[in-house]
Amino acid sequence: MSTSSQDNADAYWAENLRIIITYLSVWFVVSFVAGILFVDQLNAIPFFGFPLGFWIDQQGAIFVYVALIWMYVSSMNKLDEKYDVHE
Amino acid sequence: MSLDLLTYIFIGGSFALYIGIAIWARAGSTKEFYVAGGGVHPIANGMATAADWMSAASFISLAGLVSFIGRDGAAYLMGWTGGYVLLAMLLAPYLRKFGKFTVPDFVGDRYYSTTARVIAVICTIVISFTYVAGQMRGVGIVFSRYLHVDINTGVIVGMAIVFFYAVLGGMKGITYTQVAQYCVLILAFMVPAIFMSMQITGHFLPQLGLGATLDSGLSVLATLDKLSVDLGFAEYTSGQKSTIDIFCLTAALMAGTAGLPHVIVRFFTVPRVKDARTSAGWALIFIAILYTTVPGVAGFGRVNLIQTLNGTDEANVGTEYAKMPTWFKNWENAGLLGWHDYNGDGKVQYSAGAAFEGGKPAWDGEARGEHGERAVTNAKVNPAPAKGAPFVNEVYVDRDIMVLANPEIAQLPNWVIALVAAGAVAAALSTAAGLLLVISTAIAHDLMKTCINPNISEKQELMYARLAAVVAICIAGYFGINPPGFVAQVVALAFGLASSSVFPVIVMGIFNARMNKEGAIAGMIVGLGSTMAYMIYFTFMGGSKDDLFLGISTGGFGFVGMILNFIVAYVVSMMTPPPPAEIQEMVENIRVPRGAGVAHAH
Repeated sequence: MSTSSQDNADAYWAENLRIIITYLSVWFVVSFVAGILFVDQLNAIPFFGFPLGFWIDQQGAIFVYVALIWMYVSSMNKLDEKYDVHE
Repeated sequence: MSLDLLTYIFIGGSFALYIGIAIWARAGSTKEFYVAGGGVHPIANGMATAADWMSAASFISLAGLVSFIGRDGAAYLMGWTGGYVLLAMLLAPYLRKFGKFTVPDFVGDRYYSTTARVIAVICTIVISFTYVAGQMRGVGIVFSRYLHVDINTGVIVGMAIVFFYAVLGGMKGITYTQVAQYCVLILAFMVPAIFMSMQITGHFLPQLGLGATLDSGLSVLATLDKLSVDLGFAEYTSGQKSTIDIFCLTAALMAGTAGLPHVIVRFFTVPRVKDARTSAGWALIFIAILYTTVPGVAGFGRVNLIQTLNGTDEANVGTEYAKMPTWFKNWENAGLLGWHDYNGDGKVQYSAGAAFEGGKPAWDGEARGEHGERAVTNAKVNPAPAKGAPFVNEVYVDRDIMVLANPEIAQLPNWVIALVAAGAVAAALSTAAGLLLVISTAIAHDLMKTCINPNISEKQELMYARLAAVVAICIAGYFGINPPGFVAQVVALAFGLASSSVFPVIVMGIFNARMNKEGAIAGMIVGLGSTMAYMIYFTFMGGSKDDLFLGISTGGFGFVGMILNFIVAYVVSMMTPPPPAEIQEMVENIRVPRGAGVAHAH
């Protein structure tokens, strides 16, 4: 690999990692911080007939996961175009 | 039309559909057999992945589990869906770019080591077999309950169907059959859920219905909390397990989900890296439709069950056995419900606490008691009400009947009941087929072709793959007929193995170019060894609960095993020479999407 394409690949990978870390942080906060560690505190808040913590645990987190994957798909498609590594 | 006839029509019709698809999508080459030719559309692959993933456990057992343990059930709901986020971002696109057929292919090539490959093959086979046993059993239960055949006959019919399309069609046949099976199973799950939600709350969507307010002025969940507490059960919306235990269990299920070989292999079937990502998105949407409905089904089912058994009259608790609806007697005959009249009033009363010595009823053959109920040999002597319960519990309810019995408990029309039976069979068969394919690929491709004799022709390899599928189906059928008494624990083992071995070793292979074979092998051995030792000690060797590490139950230990795997692998790799230059180049290459091409053999 030539130096410039190597630099290009490194920059692509660095941005890719940043995207993954961003989305996985949301994934972690929703599942583990809100859904498990602070669930009892959140349960004190009513949310459309559900205690909020219980709702995040049993439904909300799953909606967030779907959204996260699709946001990741769109970010990566843009990134692939930007670095001209798309197929 | 009678229920029996309808059930035969629904199950028979769905089988005809699967067989038709199998004949249409026969596999002619190893590429078609292993990865469906690599040209599956991402939406179709998403549906197939969803059917592959949602097993008899998701369809039959999950809602029952949540129904009986309340909020702690969230560990399974989040664990079995959140894993897809990891899969989409950390594994799927890169493995697709790598472009071979199997997980052992990746592990063996990336770590330039036959030892690593063989460990991966063993993990793949163990994980898949433990899983498949439960599926065959699920088919057997549905057949015995609805078609009144012996469980063993049911298992054999199930084996024959899977044999037909998995052996003939390989991955290609399985993929398109799974698309059809997804449609059947999701319809079968949603229709009764919507009916029940309408009946109880007036809401069309079960997702919203669970939060609705009932005529009594209380919400569904508040009603459940009250009913539960009144009968001595724990409050439905609070957790019983320790926070650290739930944390580890959820994490282990997530990493385990991402590391299950039969799910990973589905992402080898799409044309491009981009499609692997999109496909994960579609898969999770299709899975989320069922998983977000589960809490509703669990909640409505629980309310219905308690009110049917105890009646709604609070002063005069219980329903006379003679007046119990037919479903109660049907499930009693199937051995999944049991009643013993401790207070001699002829009424069924349900509350907290085990109804029988040792939990499950031990049937006294076909003998009947005074009211026509099945007699048991392990009734308690002078039982006292459980702590917090107002009276002695007289009923044993197997968790697994919740989804299957729900339509009957809610008095839905017969066609809904028949549809649920067909859906349960679809869920079990689709997962069984995916697992059997992974087993046969591991044996034919990873062992025969790559490790033992690289000179066999494609035709021979295909023959070995089909032969291995036949053997695998027979072994799976054997476990279905003679199930080990510890299916649940064994499934926990499958997730533990996947999260402590397969998942970390692939993630490190992609994200740490410096990781070498010494590190990976040491990590896998430590992760796998510690997790297996922990599970075997506490499950089979009578380890006391007080000795659990930080109170983490066996199901959650896979997470600890995974952390150990990462640490050991990193430390060992730093003390040993880096991997050869061409391996580091390979890692650079899989990180970039362009140039994936179709999945190839070598």
